[in-house]
Amino acid sequence: MDMTKTVAPPPQAELPPEAPKGSSGTKGSATHRGDRIFSGLTKGSGITLLVIMAAIAAFLTWRSINALSVNEGNFFTTFDWNANADPPVFGIAVLAFGTVVSSVIAMALAVPVAVGIALFISHYAPRKLASPLAYVIDLLAAVPSIVYGLWGALFLVPHLSGLYFWLDDYFGWTGVFAYDGGAARSLFTVGIVLAIMILPIVTNVSREVFLQVPRMHEEAALALGATRWEVIRMSVLPFGRSGVISASMLGLGRALGETMAVATVLSPSFLINPSLLNPGGGTFAQNIAAGFNEAGDIGRDALIASGLVLFVITLVVNGGARMIIARRKEYSGANA
Amino acid sequence: MAKRIDVSGLTAFYGSHKAIEDISMTVEPRSVTAFIGPSGCGKSTFLRTLNRMHEVTPGGRVEGKVMLDDESLYGPGVDPVAVRRTIGMVFQRPNPFPTMSIYDNVAAGLRLNGKYRKAQLDEVVEKSLRGANLWNEVKDRLNKPGSGLSGGQQQRLCIARAIAVEPQVLLMDEPCSALDPISTIAIEDLIGELKEQYTIVIVTHNMQQAARVSDRTAFFNLAAIGQPGKLIEIDDTERIFSNPSVQATEDYISGRFG
Repeated sequence: MDMTKTVAPPPQAELPPEAPKGSSGTKGSATHRGDRIFSGLTKGSGITLLVIMAAIAAFLTWRSINALSVNEGNFFTTFDWNANADPPVFGIAVLAFGTVVSSVIAMALAVPVAVGIALFISHYAPRKLASPLAYVIDLLAAVPSIVYGLWGALFLVPHLSGLYFWLDDYFGWTGVFAYDGGAARSLFTVGIVLAIMILPIVTNVSREVFLQVPRMHEEAALALGATRWEVIRMSVLPFGRSGVISASMLGLGRALGETMAVATVLSPSFLINPSLLNPGGGTFAQNIAAGFNEAGDIGRDALIASGLVLFVITLVVNGGARMIIARRKEYSGANA
Repeated sequence: MAKRIDVSGLTAFYGSHKAIEDISMTVEPRSVTAFIGPSGCGKSTFLRTLNRMHEVTPGGRVEGKVMLDDESLYGPGVDPVAVRRTIGMVFQRPNPFPTMSIYDNVAAGLRLNGKYRKAQLDEVVEKSLRGANLWNEVKDRLNKPGSGLSGGQQQRLCIARAIAVEPQVLLMDEPCSALDPISTIAIEDLIGELKEQYTIVIVTHNMQQAARVSDRTAFFNLAAIGQPGKLIEIDDTERIFSNPSVQATEDYISGRFG
């Protein structure tokens, strides 16, 4: 059936035996040494990365054990963080909830907008508008997180109560969107700030991927009589799918680990509040930043233990994304 | 199903560059018309003006008239998307949608046109794949990705995708140039069968191919690099290859230039 295979001549067999010898003169051996050095360098870089990851994991685990062995509470279910007390009682339930929920809110808000902007820049905007817009998006990525935090705390918090009252009116019955009218220093506000912070990276990576879509795939759709939106649906989005997932993971990584912006916006507490609009809750990174300076030895190790959990969550999330990408590998554009 | 194409005074631009100038010709229904000529003479550009694909290139612009029977393709209010649904196209490099299965590739055009029941789709997919002489090779793996096929099979898949929507005209832009000789023969045989139903226009660099598959042949040439390409002559293929009326055609065909 495979016609190209039956016709293609076996290229290896017909090479004269001297051919490889002829290419290995003095110049050839230099190339080989260059090859060896380069392959050594790349291998070394790869190994270095793994060593660093392992070192971080080992450090976190080692220090965690100190704290976990004296913890009087349940590390996973205790709604409290008294690591400096005697005996220490602390648990990550609230932090895990806050971290995951604020990041999920950020993703839900940012990814659709980012994909929209990326499509606009790559496929809709006239060239004159596309480049400045891409530049502004790049600028957003360069703003330090404390600036986002200050903007969130000083501008966004006082201006969000109107929106939150509206959400409470229509969706308050769900409990998730109940709002008591306090300062909006809540997980939801944190999610909004995080969404803005991860917008640039998700947008930029998605845009790059959309620009990589081979022209011939788009023309295939056009020639079938597809409208611009149908071209995007038939060839651009499927081709860019794994790239958008990777981009989202980069954004999610930033959202999970964001410290200063969260610490500035959130009014923390060790309660899981079903209403995401009311203040309270906390995240791993925010809790570490808030507690590290005043912590004693056990207190520090307890914070490091919470850091280890964040580390594991990030690994699991990334692994999950890899699996999603790998599952449809044979349908990706890579083997076209 | 097949319709006649009537082109008069067609000029196409890329930005300010004039790619082809003042081309007029008639393409008869249920026949194969081949475009030959040296590289850069604008035959692919001209082909792409026939289904309004030229204008999707940035700066692409067309002047002149193209009639499909009695409808003008460039008339005011004509939707290029609708034009492309009636005039199918097969490209130089096989371009099945890499993210779609074989089945979905063939059904893609139909799904654009509206809702079909599964049974209807099944029927059209089988008919189109049979029409493209591919059915027996893929019927057991319709749900596998189209990009897993060989180059020749992919090109026939693209032909199946194009004929699934029953176009009036089928445009082929060097459909065999990326294929091995056996796949090329398979496509050429297929072209011979398809012309029973469709008006076919094929651009080719291979003059033997033009002589083998076409009923009419148009020779394009350009005066110099940077000059617009022009239609030198169009005639019955037999006559073009035995006794063309223009000297340049004979020079090109006998290999004296180009």
